[in-house]
Formats: sequence, structure tokens, C-alpha cells
Amino acid sequence: MTLLFDLALVAWLIALAGHIAMTREDRNAIVAFIAFGLLLGLAWVRLSALDVALTEVAIGGGVTGVLLLSAEAHLRKPLAQDSAQDRPHDGRRRLGNVGTIAAALASAAVTAGLALAVLALPTPAPTLAPVAAAALDTTGLGNPVTAVLLAYRALDTLLEKVVLLLALVGVWSLAPDRTWGGAPSLAPAVAPEPLVYLARVLPPIGVVIAVYMFWVGADAPGGTFQAGTVLAAMWLIVMLAGLRQPPDTAHRVLRLLLVGGPALFLAVGFLGFFIADGFLSYPEPIAKPLILGIEAALTLSIAATLAMLVAGPAQKAPEP
Amino acid sequence: MTILAHVFTLLAVTAGALLFLAGTIGLLRFPDTLSRLHALSKADNLGLALIVLGLLPQAASLTDGLKLILIWLLAQLSAATASQLIAGSLNRRKSGP
Repeated sequence: MTLLFDLALVAWLIALAGHIAMTREDRNAIVAFIAFGLLLGLAWVRLSALDVALTEVAIGGGVTGVLLLSAEAHLRKPLAQDSAQDRPHDGRRRLGNVGTIAAALASAAVTAGLALAVLALPTPAPTLAPVAAAALDTTGLGNPVTAVLLAYRALDTLLEKVVLLLALVGVWSLAPDRTWGGAPSLAPAVAPEPLVYLARVLPPIGVVIAVYMFWVGADAPGGTFQAGTVLAAMWLIVMLAGLRQPPDTAHRVLRLLLVGGPALFLAVGFLGFFIADGFLSYPEPIAKPLILGIEAALTLSIAATLAMLVAGPAQKAPEP
Repeated sequence: MTILAHVFTLLAVTAGALLFLAGTIGLLRFPDTLSRLHALSKADNLGLALIVLGLLPQAASLTDGLKLILIWLLAQLSAATASQLIAGSLNRRKSGP
């Protein structure tokens, strides 16, 4: 019975991926991509990787979907104005069938390579899982995934957060000089009433869920990224409904919030030279409080970064 | 008693799944946006409610049960808002410029 479900899930995923690649309308493809993220989340659940499933649904389905939708809306605006030429189709034609075939071949090669790599693995596959589980006690954590993210492979996580910040710098630098440091604009002139209602009712619940996800992440599936995404979504709903305006991108508190998480992570990392074995290592007795502190700061930073990524570059002149 | 609970779960979840099926058929077959929304909201509200109700006896603890109910309430809230937003934008497009 579960085999039937798994097969259906896989068939569904492949069909949806084909649809995303083939569909002509950009917005259709994006909506299908969001559905794909949710289905992929289900697939991760079937593989018992709940942490990955949560992240996939939150990031792959949620944030990426919103980012793509807003990018599509931005692309649509200037195109609608100059209607003399249908630019995207021109561009597509210029790339031509050769480009499409080359892309298809390259994708097929990657898929075949991955399949070969998976099939070539010895059975049982090489794994560090027992080692990771055995060392769990030294971190004071109960969730091995969190231990990998914040203790064993903390460097990867740190760099990931820095990459997020770099992405935000990239988005912000699209702002023209006269609005540099100003606020992005999100809310339409008149926000629809149901959205305003949702923006009043949902955030209290969402904030509690985010805090819960962060807290439970130490011992069960959950953690900073998922919690940060939920927080970002709540802030975005409030801004989209026009209940609160987005802050100036030059605002001191916002900037501190953005760099706070990675900066604290880095500071504790360097502290490791003096109080533990080296960069990014924690002294055993206070490992858990240190990790939780870093996670708390990271959650806030991720929430602010993701929300500002969606809000986009500054569109209003900064307030003096 | 456990057999009774299992039977209840089977019946309720099956009824919920049937409602989802009916909602999906409606979504695919109905002629205009408003009736499609109508079909979808039945599946979302009642179908999910029946599935959650059916799963309640299987919940391991009281908190798990409460979480299931919370999921249903949140899905209701978001589905209702999304339907209103879609219908509203349809309305504006009809009467707008």
C-alpha cells in the first residue's frame, strides 16, 4: 500500500516537473513550482527526513515561490508598456531550439550521472550516522540534524547565512541612487479586506508556532531556518496588508537584526580558539546554551533577511 | 473499544477523501471561477474536517489531537482568505477599467 503511494508520488513529481519545464506561461510554471515544493516535502517525509521536508516546504515552496511571483510581476510591468514588440518570445526564439536541446541534454546527463552514482554505492551505503548519533551527548542536543548544522558542520551553516546576506545586498543594490537607503514598498494602494483580516488574526498564532519550531528544533525536527521562514511570512503578511510599512533599508535596527545572527555565530566561532579546541568549537558544559543562543539570533536574522528579500529594493526616498 | 475507534477512523477518513475527490472533480469540471471556488471550499473545509475528526482517535496524546485541530483551523482560515481574495480580484477585474 505504501509502495503504491510512493510510486504515485514519484510519478506525480516527474509529471509536475515536466509540466513546469514545458508550460509556456511563466506564472503557470511558478504556481506549479510551488505545488512541486509541497509534493517534494511529502517525498522527504516518506524518506523520514522531517527536517528537510519542513525546510523544503518553507523555502522551496514558500519563499522561493513568492520571490519568483514578484520577479514575474516586475518583468511584466515594463513589457506591458512597450507593447510594440513581444520581447520574451523574441528572446526565446533567438536562443532557439539548439539552446533548448543543449539544456535538455545537459539535464539528462546530470540525472543519469546522479542515478549512476546512487546505483554504484556499496550496500550498506557509507554513512556517518552512527558517529553523529554517538557524539550527540557532547552537544547536549537531542536532534542529530541540529547537531550537524550547528556543531559538526557549523562552518557550512555559517557560510550559508552569509550567502543569504550577500543575496540581500544584491537585491538592495538594484535600488536607484535617489531611493538608496529608503524603504521598499509592498502593499497595494488599497489592501483587500480579507488580507487585512488575516494579517490581524494570523501573526499571533504564527509567532507562537515559529518560537515553538525554534525551541523544539534542539530535540526534534524543526529549527532556525523553518522558524525564521514562518516569522518572515508573518512580517510579510502584515506589510502586504499595509498594517505596518516596511522599514528604511538604512534603518540601524534593521541592519543590526540582519547581521546579528551571523556576527554572533562568527564571534562564538572565534571565541572557540580561547575557550575550546579551535574555530567554531564549543566547550562541552555550555555547548547547548551557546548553540541555542546562536540559533535564536540566527532565527531573527533569517526572518529579517527573507522578508527583506521578498520586499525587494528600496522604492521610496529615505526619510531624513 | 479500539475496534470501534478504528471503524470510526476508517469511515470518517473515507468520507473526507470522497469529499476531496468530489471537490477536485468540481474544480476540473465547473464552468466558472466562482463555482470552482465553491467546489474547492467544500473539500477544504468539510473534507479536511472529516479527515482530522477521523484521525483524532488515533492521536497518541491530547497535544497531538489539539495540534490536528489547530491544523484544521489554520487551513480553514487560509482557505477562506484565499477564496475571498480570488473572488475579490475577479470582481474588480469585471467592474474595473
